[in-house]
Amino acid sequence: MTQEVSARETYGKTLVELGHENEKIVVLDADLSPSTMTHFFAQEFPQRFFDCGLEEQNMIGIAAGLAASGKIVFASSFAVFISSRCFDQARICLSQTGLDVKIFATHGGITVGEDGISHQAIEDLSLYCSLPGFTVVVPADAVETAQAIRVAAAMYGPFYVRMGRGKAPLVCPRDYQFTLGRAAMMREGRDVTIVAMGIMVAKALEAAEVLARQGVNCRVINMSTLKPLDEEVVVTAASETGALVVAEEHLAQGGLGSRVAQVVAEKIPVPMSFVNLKNSYAMSGKADELLEKYGLTATAIVQAVKSVMARKQQPS
Amino acid sequence: MTEDVTPFSAQAVPPGDRLDLPPSRLEEIARKLRCHIISMIATAGSGHPGGSLSAADILAALYFHVMRHRPQDPHWSDRDRFILSKGHAAPVLYAALAESGYFPVEELGSLRKMGSRLQGHPDSKLTPGVEMSAGSLGMGLSFGIGVALAARLDNRGYWTYVLLSDGECEEGQTWEAALFAAHFKLDNLITIVDCNGMQLTGFTQEVMNIEPLSQKWQAFGWNTIDIDGHDIKQILSAITQAKTKKGKPTIIIAHTIKGKGVSFMENNAKFHGKAPTSEEAAKALQELQ
Repeated sequence: MTQEVSARETYGKTLVELGHENEKIVVLDADLSPSTMTHFFAQEFPQRFFDCGLEEQNMIGIAAGLAASGKIVFASSFAVFISSRCFDQARICLSQTGLDVKIFATHGGITVGEDGISHQAIEDLSLYCSLPGFTVVVPADAVETAQAIRVAAAMYGPFYVRMGRGKAPLVCPRDYQFTLGRAAMMREGRDVTIVAMGIMVAKALEAAEVLARQGVNCRVINMSTLKPLDEEVVVTAASETGALVVAEEHLAQGGLGSRVAQVVAEKIPVPMSFVNLKNSYAMSGKADELLEKYGLTATAIVQAVKSVMARKQQPS
Repeated sequence: MTEDVTPFSAQAVPPGDRLDLPPSRLEEIARKLRCHIISMIATAGSGHPGGSLSAADILAALYFHVMRHRPQDPHWSDRDRFILSKGHAAPVLYAALAESGYFPVEELGSLRKMGSRLQGHPDSKLTPGVEMSAGSLGMGLSFGIGVALAARLDNRGYWTYVLLSDGECEEGQTWEAALFAAHFKLDNLITIVDCNGMQLTGFTQEVMNIEPLSQKWQAFGWNTIDIDGHDIKQILSAITQAKTKKGKPTIIIAHTIKGKGVSFMENNAKFHGKAPTSEEAAKALQELQ
């Protein structure tokens, strides 16, 4: 059984380490610090932590003012609130200025579960990927999360990083090295490529196992940086495997699938298939039940692989 | 956690970095700024004269007497910060920056033109001296809070000034920020409302009544001072008074006239966002000189 670890707990603890290493780090939250786990930082550095109350718009404006005065600002809330509620503030104060603010969102996707559709962020990546200057990352597990936080802190400019609510299986190898803008090869393969992010990386690996038993050799790529996208790895995969499946916990529009498809369409058209939430909201339920109902499963990926392979050009 | 407010003990104010014109000359500066506003907007063929003219005395007082700043070194870390939240009043800000030496006065003629550093609304990446990019209303007070918090964290003695419009007091974010600044006792932040009583479509009282404004800010925990925003002495004395108030942020509600100084623009909603024709501009400049 693979070990399961909470990415947001890793986030909270890594922030504390960073706080010790760099005095410029300031953390903001909007009345959710026990859930986003910024409360660890608040306990350790009460003077560098500000709870903004239920004021997401104000929080982003304050973050910009702090960053303009030389601070490295981490601002956290649930993905659903910190994406759409303060989008104009992110657009004017962060995207248009390029200021050094890191938005770390927890409870992304439908796996937030029982709270229902008001709390399920499934359009957040589309929003933040649309903003020029933003770097957008969805780590696959806690190991990658820890590294992504450090990379974000070290690199100037606005980031949006999405984490899930629950514990997730560790998929990155022990010696894993996260590089911003570079996808990670999780499994070699030549018949088809599955590009995935976040919790769907584990499901892609599971699907690849099933398919291997059926004689299909899948390449699996963890595309944790959505923006800037690793175009080279997409082009190589399209060229070497001739078909792509993109799996993500997000709506069909504007997320990983759209971004990969744009590269494929422009540089090397090959058949593609998509595993995502299509164009609808989900409902309340347990995370696993929701993933099952809305087709974010290894089984769905297996089917998508079969469908795309049927469309793949046969060598003449 | 939030009650644990760091006491604010600023370093001594470094002397000698103010333009420090005598108050008697500030009216003349304000008149100069108004002339620039008219010329710039007329040349550009678009822009917002009304809300720029109403703020001219406030900016004259801040940039030419009150604030410590170094126009040749716009990023000087101990400078006082002026944050223009009402971004459409960019012309008055550009005029004050040019007249105080951030860039040549001749550059004002490039307002809103292709390739100019003087964008239709302020852009902090492009224009020396512009602290905040603005244009979508209601964001400046939040930004100013961030700047004032940084001063507190770094134990720096600079002051943060934010200029709001009265129309911006209709934006929800302004009141989020109002709660925050009072909760964290930001007494190194001085907010001024250019309360000209008008917004794009007419009188604020008719579009969306915000009165009683002082009482609203008081209820949010602020120290308030009401003044005539065209009286230099009152502006200076309100700022001095605000600086002595401890444990609370201060808001100066500066009662002004939209379009101030040009008879046919005063209290005329038409000139919220419309450029004067060349004849109107000539007439306006004649009145101002």
